Amino acid sequence: MSALRQQVPNAVVWLVLLTMPYWMGAVGGYTELASRVVVLGLAAMALNFLLGFTGVLSFGHAAYFGLGAYGVGMTIKYLVPSTPLGILVGAAVGTLAAMVIGALIVKLRGVYFAMVTIAFGQVFFFIAFRWNEVTGGDDGLTGWKRQALDLGFTRVDILGSDKAFYYLVLAVFAACVAAMALLLRSPFGRTLIAIRENERRARFLGIPVEQHIWLSFVISCFFVSIAGTLYALLSNFTDPRALRWDQSGNFVIMAVLGGMRSFWGPLIGAAIFVVLQDYVSSQTENWMSVIGVFFMLVVLFFPRGVLGILRRRLAS
Amino acid sequence: MSLLQVRDVSKHFGKLVAVDGVSLTVEPGELRAVIGPNGAGKTTFFNLVSGFFPPTRGSIVFDGRDITSLSEHRRVRLGMARTFQVTEIFPELTVRENLRVPVEVAAGRRLSPWLTKAADAGIRARVGELMEMGGIADKADRLVGELSHGDQRATEIMMSLALNPRLLLLDEPTAGMGDQETYNITRLIRRLHRDQKQSIVLIEHDMRVIFHLADRIMVLAEGAVLAEGTPDEIAADERVQAAYLGKAA
Ligand SMILES: Nc1ncnc2c1ncn2[C@@H]1O[C@H](COP(=O)(O)OP(=O)(O)O)[C@@H](O)[C@H]1O
Ligand SMILES: [Mg+2]
Repeated sequence: MSALRQQVPNAVVWLVLLTMPYWMGAVGGYTELASRVVVLGLAAMALNFLLGFTGVLSFGHAAYFGLGAYGVGMTIKYLVPSTPLGILVGAAVGTLAAMVIGALIVKLRGVYFAMVTIAFGQVFFFIAFRWNEVTGGDDGLTGWKRQALDLGFTRVDILGSDKAFYYLVLAVFAACVAAMALLLRSPFGRTLIAIRENERRARFLGIPVEQHIWLSFVISCFFVSIAGTLYALLSNFTDPRALRWDQSGNFVIMAVLGGMRSFWGPLIGAAIFVVLQDYVSSQTENWMSVIGVFFMLVVLFFPRGVLGILRRRLAS
Repeated sequence: MSLLQVRDVSKHFGKLVAVDGVSLTVEPGELRAVIGPNGAGKTTFFNLVSGFFPPTRGSIVFDGRDITSLSEHRRVRLGMARTFQVTEIFPELTVRENLRVPVEVAAGRRLSPWLTKAADAGIRARVGELMEMGGIADKADRLVGELSHGDQRATEIMMSLALNPRLLLLDEPTAGMGDQETYNITRLIRRLHRDQKQSIVLIEHDMRVIFHLADRIMVLAEGAVLAEGTPDEIAADERVQAAYLGKAA
């Protein structure tokens, strides 16, 4: 009975995600907007693996998101015109960078960790910004397009069909989210929650805390760089803003907005963020202030995020 | 061979000498008490033994191996577990979840991304056993942060025991407890010592607890060893009476 109750939120989330392109139009949206929700939802959930379930705040996740974006774009543009290969390269580049940077910063805690992640993130931003010949600099990386998927028995035209691309994004999202859920329920995942709850106790239970935080950081960056590849594929374009610090801030806002203690919270946060951004930016230039005010209200009155409120309603 | 040999360790905090040339040997199966007035350096001594920070001077040998510069989690892996004077637990997790973490670490599973059904069953069984032993089985699914002080202490002790330690370090396990809770914890410690031959070093404030439990007692005062001996020897020691028992009475 209680197991059934636990499955209800999952079923609702998957039902909504699976049908989204078919009702987005009816509520004033469009398929590309649905894809954005899923892509940024994945990024926010990936960040939350580290933030909500390990208790470590990174303010530099856009760096790995952006490396994924440039990785896929440059692979298709310069190396091989293959979407899956591009995704793999983008994820590999982002993850490798995270392994190196993670090793350098894993001893830092709290604000110091957050500040240094911003600093490293800005390094990648400036490289993308300055290295004109390769990255396209400020104008962004253009002149490439996502390629149709060749599944052997059939070809899926993810370029021509927004719906087909949406379902590719959703399939990748599903694989990533399932992997994260599995990890969080594993002994390894429980050590991360232990570190979040009480680092000193975790240490004196024999957990090498730095090693586990490093792993959590790398796993989180792996998934955020996959989200980055999908983000670039969505618009057949990427530019340095994808890896700038304010993009990192957006991921944090999405996670906190939706509720960083709940698994699906950051996805809800991303949906609110993306829809609000789409709607408000068509009304006023100043959409970021609207998001900012909304964010502050949620943090002040509902510190557990939107899902936190819903949960309390359901429980009572 | 002795289980623990602490040789002439000191710890300086700036000008303050918190621990001053203390040596201690613990034999397997022994229950050793460390007593002394507030600020005597007892907790600092535990911090040195457990690897919370390195000593300024001296060395620590555990089971024949020099561990003076070993990190705390490596010491845990060698078989040393501790509790803290101010309870360190996972308050927002349930009793069951609190115990599950050290049980999985002890099973060598801390990096496992999944468990087989059989492994999972084994871990659950061990968690259940520990909750029974600690008298907290009826609170298995309560958040530890909501439990009474005594139950929180019991949970912390059982978390340390979950690691199957060869040496258990307990820092004032009955501090701040009522009579009933003190009795329960004392009984638990006695059972561990008598029935399971658990080696224990125990910091205590409550003299009644110590004199009935400990094989030997070390008395610290102002960072240094004031006296060392059996409970009867300590009770008869005039310096101890002057420095400590006199004050306590
Ligand atoms: N981390 C620390 N930094 C500075 N001084 C400390 C620290 N830990 C303990 N002390 C000091 O060392 C002395 C011994 O403290 P402690 O070991 O906690 O005594 P006890 O446990 O016997 O009451 C005290 O004067 C205390 O203020
Ligand atoms: Mg103390």
